[in-house]
Order: sequence, then C-alpha cells, then structure tokens
Amino acid sequence: METYTMMRQFADSWGLLGFTLFFVGAIFFALRPGSKKMADEAASIPLKED
Amino acid sequence: MTKISQTVGVGLFAFIALLGAAFAQDSLFKAHMWVLFTVLLIFSVALIRRVSFAPVSTVSAEQRSSEYFDEVIRYGLIATVFWGVVGFLVGVVIALQLAFPHLNIEPWFNFGRMRPLHTSAVIFAFGGNALIMTSFYVVQRTSRVRLFGGDLAWFVFWGYQLFIVMAATGYLLGITQGREYAEPEWYVDIWLTVVWVAYLLVFLGTIMTRKETHIYVANWFYLSFIVTIAMLHLVNNAAVPVSFLGSKSYSTFSGVQDALTQWWYGHNAVGFFLTAGFLGMMYYFVPKQANRPVYSYRLSIIHFWALIFLYIWAGPHHLHYTALPDWAQTLGMVFSIMLWMPSWGGMINGLMTLSGAWDKIRTDPIIRMMVMAIAFYGMSTFEGPMMSIKTVNSLSHYTDWTIGHVHSGALGWVGMITFGAVYYLAPKLWGRERLYSLRLVNWHFWLATLGIVVYAAVMWVAGIQQGLMWREYDDQGFLVYSFAESVRAMFPYYVLRAVGGGMYLLGGLIMAYNVTMTILGHQRDEAPIGGAVPQLQPAE
Repeated sequence: METYTMMRQFADSWGLLGFTLFFVGAIFFALRPGSKKMADEAASIPLKED
Repeated sequence: MTKISQTVGVGLFAFIALLGAAFAQDSLFKAHMWVLFTVLLIFSVALIRRVSFAPVSTVSAEQRSSEYFDEVIRYGLIATVFWGVVGFLVGVVIALQLAFPHLNIEPWFNFGRMRPLHTSAVIFAFGGNALIMTSFYVVQRTSRVRLFGGDLAWFVFWGYQLFIVMAATGYLLGITQGREYAEPEWYVDIWLTVVWVAYLLVFLGTIMTRKETHIYVANWFYLSFIVTIAMLHLVNNAAVPVSFLGSKSYSTFSGVQDALTQWWYGHNAVGFFLTAGFLGMMYYFVPKQANRPVYSYRLSIIHFWALIFLYIWAGPHHLHYTALPDWAQTLGMVFSIMLWMPSWGGMINGLMTLSGAWDKIRTDPIIRMMVMAIAFYGMSTFEGPMMSIKTVNSLSHYTDWTIGHVHSGALGWVGMITFGAVYYLAPKLWGRERLYSLRLVNWHFWLATLGIVVYAAVMWVAGIQQGLMWREYDDQGFLVYSFAESVRAMFPYYVLRAVGGGMYLLGGLIMAYNVTMTILGHQRDEAPIGGAVPQLQPAE
C-alpha cells in the first residue's frame, strides 16, 4: 500500500480513536472524584514562599 | 578551571568562524561568518578578563547549591527589556516605511529585510528571552530546587543571544529561507537546536529533581512550549544546504506540502510559543501578584490538554482557498473554531483568579496590566477563530485585518503579560523593596493600551476596506479598483498605525527607564496610587 494511504487510514481510525480516548481520559482524570483536594494543594504551590 | 575551559571553547568557536569566513563559498556566508567571528572574539576577550586563578572555595560552592540560581534570570530580564525596546522600535520604523516608501534605505534597511527583523526581534528576542527567564524563575520556585545543570543555564542564555544576533544580522545581509517566522538559514537553525536541547535539559532536569510532589500547571505549559517548539523547528527547517560553507539551502518539502509544513509550524509557533509559554507565565504571576491561588486548578488542567490537542491542527486556516485540499482547509477551520473553548476557559480562569480582589485593578497597576493582557487574550482568541471561517477569511485574508489581529494578540496578550511579569520580577530579583515608580507603570499601561486600541482599530478599518476594494466588481463584471489604488487608499491608516505603534514604543521606553532605576536602587518619591478607602462618616 502507498505510504500516504496507509498513514491516512491509520490517522482516520486508530490514531483518531487513541487521541480522543486520551483527551477524554485526561478530562475525566482532572475531574475525577477526590481530585479537588489534590488540585487545591497544587494550586497553593506558588503562594507557599516569597 | 571551568571558566578557563569555557573561555578556550569560545575562542575555538571563534577560530572556526574565522575558517568559515576564509573558505566561504559565497559572499553572504563570508560576511556572516565575519560577524560571528567578531561577536565571539569580543565575547572571549570579555571571558578572559573574568578568569580568576584563585583557588575554588568549597564553602561558597556548597552554599550556592542550596540557593536559587537567579543571576542568569537577572541577565534575562535585562535582555527582555532591551530586545523589547529594539523590536518595538524596528516595528515603528517599518510602519513608517509602509506609509513613506522613501524611508526604505537599500539594500540593508528596506522593508523586506526589516520586517523579519521586527517579527523575530519581538517574538524570539523579546518573547523568547521573557519565556526563558520566567520559566527559569517559575520552575525553581514551584519545584523548590535550584536550577539543574549549573552553568548550562548560562550557555542557554548566551547561546540564545548569539542566535538572535546571527538571525538579525543575517536578515539585514539578505540571508533568508523565506519561511515566515523561520527565516534563519540552516547553520543558524542548527545552532538554535543545540541551544534548545540545552534549555530542555535545564528545565526538565529541574522538574525531575523537584522537592515538591506536584508539578505546578505553569510548568506543564512551559514544558509543552519547549518540547513543541523543538519538534516544529526540526520539521519545518528540514533543508539541504547547497554547500556546508554556504548560506543557501533548499527545503526537503516541495509545493503544497511545503506550504502546509510551513503553516503547521507558523500557527503552532503562535500556539505554543506565544500562547502556551505565556499562559505558563499567567498561571504563576497572576496568582502571585494577586496573592491568591488560581481560580480553578482543575480547569487549568483541562485548559492545558484541550489546548494541546486542538492547537496542533489549526494551521491549515492560513491556506484557505489555496492548492491545499479542501478537507484539510475545513479541518483547520473546524479545529480553529473549537479552540475558542479552551482559550476562553483559560481567560475565565485567569480573570476569576481576581474574584474577591477586584479592587486591586484600581489600586495595583501591575494587576491592571495582567488583567488587560488576559482580556486581550480573550479578544484575539475570539477574533482568530472568527477569521478562520472560510467566508470571513475570503474577506480578511491578505489584508491588514490579519496584521491587526496578530498585533492585538502580540501587543495585547504577549506584551502586557510580559510587562506584568517584568514589573513583578525587577524588585524581587535585585532585592529592592519596591519598583522605582508605580505611577510610571500606570503611564506605561495607558500608553500601551491606547496604542494597541489605535493600532487594532485602524487595521480593522484598513483591512476591511482593502478586502472590499479587491472584490468590488462593476455591472460589466470588471474589477472596479486596481491593486495600486487600494494601496494608495491605505496611506492615512498606515500613518495612524505608526502613531499607535509609537505610543506602544514610548510605553516600552518608560518601562526600560523604570526597570533601570529599580535595578540601580532608586525609589521615586511619589503619592501612592489612588483608591484610598473613603472615610466612613459617623452616623449623626
């Protein structure tokens, strides 16, 4: 198969699916129950000193 | 000892430049190598004067390793202010060149050579130095550890300045790849690659050795900027030099692939250099100056990932109605419109950090500057997606509207957030109690804001007029205006644009004065900024 066609097919199928899942996963991970406490801790890092 | 080997290294490098000049295949390469040789010779003389033969004291070395490495950041701040003023000045000059063509002084100072000098000076010299110095500052504070790699940070700083000098002198000599925002030729590109890898090592090394569990979100943005710029730079500058001792190279891509690669690079330079990097700045300096944590940390994480996943696809909107396949144009347009969401999420996050402290906008000109920056971030990220819609683009493309859009983002967002960071850092880095003058910051704020408003508004009018003139047909189906007529009609707008840019430059000069006086340890005797709480009257 031609390289272009092959890469294009991969991009349109598994590539797209993989990216979408990673993205949705990242959002879910950020909003998962219990992340609030960790997020608040992290948000206070710059204010801890000087 | 290390000082000596560094000095010898620079001296050898200067000798290689001399050999390059001796065996150059073309006159431009020869001239450029002479420039390189001169710069390096001056630098090695400066280094020789600093060599000390005193025995190394271990105590001070140990003591030093426990402190933050701020000396290189001080240099970075001065470089940021210096290149900022230079870049704005060249911008005003080329704005005047467009209005008054007689100001084109051939061959070195005509518009074609000065324009990349302006764009590179503001983006890479001013913006790049601002990003490097703030990232070094932020990563140390939020990782609670000294910068990794010791003198490697010095190499990053001086190596980057050398890149700027080589790029700038190359443009004026007429050496260019002709790729927008990637004009430097192959040998300067290779040098930037070396410097950038060192930068990545310093930054990543500091994160790896951190004493804080979390990696603060600002560092995510900075890291994505460094990694993505490395990738973009390598792919877009893939070229074959005609000779290893010559200044000319040819791109490995051709035709529409070349165009798409260029705009994949070009738009992501906007996305990751001018946006992600400066968002890192926003996520650290706005909370610091307002003295309250970011509005929603979880929103900042979503902001980050959405920006990463969407921005990379937006480039094709620069090639609407060209030979690029229709599906690719539509893809670029759709992703550009989707980008609106994370951009405004980030804007809201930045602005809402001030919730409960809105009075600071009245009393603190530095906060005011940062808020204006975020407001411009919101405005230009609204305008951009709108302009990427094909029907809008058919009117706006190739007109000055685009130039206006870029400047509302660059002057408004990038410039203002950097000024805010500079004003925050100057007293901190030099251990001064406060800035020389807050009232001058206020002057800078208003000059810059009004300058941008004049600039952007004039360019809207100019751009839409151009677009309409170009598409005006008479009832016979002929074009009503020749191109030259549309150029002539631009004269008043070009003059006004130079006025807007001049105001912005004046603001930059005031900043340079204010920062210099702060560094020298002066404090201006002045009344505090208004906003005094009104006296409560006792009830009668």
